[in-house]
Amino acid sequence: MDSPIDSLHCLPQFTRPMAPQTASNSFTLPSSLPLDSGQDLDGVAIAYESYGTLSPARDNAILVCHALTGDQYVASTHPVTGKPGWWERMVGPGLPIDTDRFHVICANVVGSCMGSTGPASLAADGKPHAMRFPVITIRDMVRAQIALLDGLGIDQLHAVIGGSMGGMQALSLAANFPERAARVLAIAATARHSAQNIAFHEVGRQAIMADPAWADGDYYANEARPDAGLSVARMAAHITYLSEAGLTEKFGRRLQDKADGSAGTKSFGFDADFQVESYLRYQGSGFTRRFDANSYLYITRAMDYFDLAEEHGGHLGKAFAGTSARFCVVSFDSDWLYPTAESRHVVHALNAAGAAVSFVELSAPFGHDSFLLEVPALDRVVKGFLE
Amino acid sequence: MSALRPDLAVIADHIEPGTRVLDIGCGDGALMAALRDDKQVDARGLEIDPAEVERCVARGLSVVQGDADRDLAFYPDGAFDYAILSQTLQTAERPDLMLDQLLRVGRQAFVSFPNFAHWRMRSALLLRGRMPVTRHLPVSWYETQNIHHVTVTDFRELLAAKGVAADRSWFFAGGREIGATGANWRAEYAVFQVGR
Repeated sequence: MDSPIDSLHCLPQFTRPMAPQTASNSFTLPSSLPLDSGQDLDGVAIAYESYGTLSPARDNAILVCHALTGDQYVASTHPVTGKPGWWERMVGPGLPIDTDRFHVICANVVGSCMGSTGPASLAADGKPHAMRFPVITIRDMVRAQIALLDGLGIDQLHAVIGGSMGGMQALSLAANFPERAARVLAIAATARHSAQNIAFHEVGRQAIMADPAWADGDYYANEARPDAGLSVARMAAHITYLSEAGLTEKFGRRLQDKADGSAGTKSFGFDADFQVESYLRYQGSGFTRRFDANSYLYITRAMDYFDLAEEHGGHLGKAFAGTSARFCVVSFDSDWLYPTAESRHVVHALNAAGAAVSFVELSAPFGHDSFLLEVPALDRVVKGFLE
Repeated sequence: MSALRPDLAVIADHIEPGTRVLDIGCGDGALMAALRDDKQVDARGLEIDPAEVERCVARGLSVVQGDADRDLAFYPDGAFDYAILSQTLQTAERPDLMLDQLLRVGRQAFVSFPNFAHWRMRSALLLRGRMPVTRHLPVSWYETQNIHHVTVTDFRELLAAKGVAADRSWFFAGGREIGATGANWRAEYAVFQVGR
């Protein structure tokens, strides 16, 4: 798009059986990607979107990292769902992440399914990797992001920004590649997955693997897909993204209207009587149309393995020792998935490392998903921090 | 720095350029911004009110939302040349322990506080039998955050008991600096520069 180097790397799209060909840009890593598991992954393709113009000095780039089920379509229409980009309220001309000033890059993480190499991609034998795909980590995802920046000729980012798993990537990038970002903004994130976080993910994985259509992950050539399992995984996870108060306000105990428009009644059966049941089923089934079940297994595993202190001798402060980046950490008071205490833990480590850090807990009613939604205070913090 | 509150202006005037400063209870970051812009100070802030933190971040300052009683402990020893505690000592759970923390994280500290022995305070209590509500401290006893009522003399005694030296002190009334004579009667608030 804007960078002349893109055309050099604009290779044919991976032939993928799951999702349509989507990436506006695709970059194939020139060398194999070394993974935390000790394996190397060859021929890794990274699909990405970019917005705004890269300055001649190549110093106005902002890398936005997406969350678990996010993708590179941060501010462009999703090619499968036709819905607006997942952070269109934040990224664009005149918005807090201002594409009139900044060159914004958002890449699909390795292991995902929207154009970057993942379990649904074809291996050297012409068949999908499926469960032969190596287990990846957050740091592996970041290594791939760095390889992309190398390919784009961007030595130092103006900022790396992410919410949730995107925030984990931002922190990992700051810890492992400290010279690559001048500013680090981690929103609703954590430096480690808690037992509760792992437990919820395990429920999702077991739902997928209990679906007979999962077929040990080798379902790509089959008519049947593990949609039922993936849908349950999404439903369980979706609850963790919302607050109890938010669910009560949105649905309460209200019953779902009947198909003919008449007021709902209890069916004395197991239909989606309650509005909240109907909502979750809709969320679950919609998700299966855009996401690969095996990618869900791999990415949740990467998040569960995430423990930034463990990578640095058990001391989170050491992860950030000597950093000259400015940090901004934001949490939300209604987020019980990655509660404020987790952000404070990161902030205390940054204080101990002598890093320039800002932290604010914002009040918002939407739970973990607050980072994606209408929270004007977040807009002001993001805009101010990027100045 | 004329736009700063008088106590903050005095503090700003006496901070060496290019130093590291922690401003505890930094509010909207006015002092930090002045130190950064005029003295190339590496300033960090701690502030309990999220709306104020948001304002600080929006002006490019590094400010952590937190409670000084709890969060100062997470800063390493000697991380700063100066720790500043303005108009916050009297709200601390334990002002004496707060002073210890200031001089642990900072080589020196600036402490400003309202003088509860100012003559208006004394007369309100003596003649009217009421807890004072003054121009400088306009909040009633039941909603004030000031839980430890300290005087200039009390603070000097705390410093002496802790073996902390008062390097400099300044006194203010009616929005301007006054002399040190009779400060415990005349000063509405005081600023001390202290060190071990």
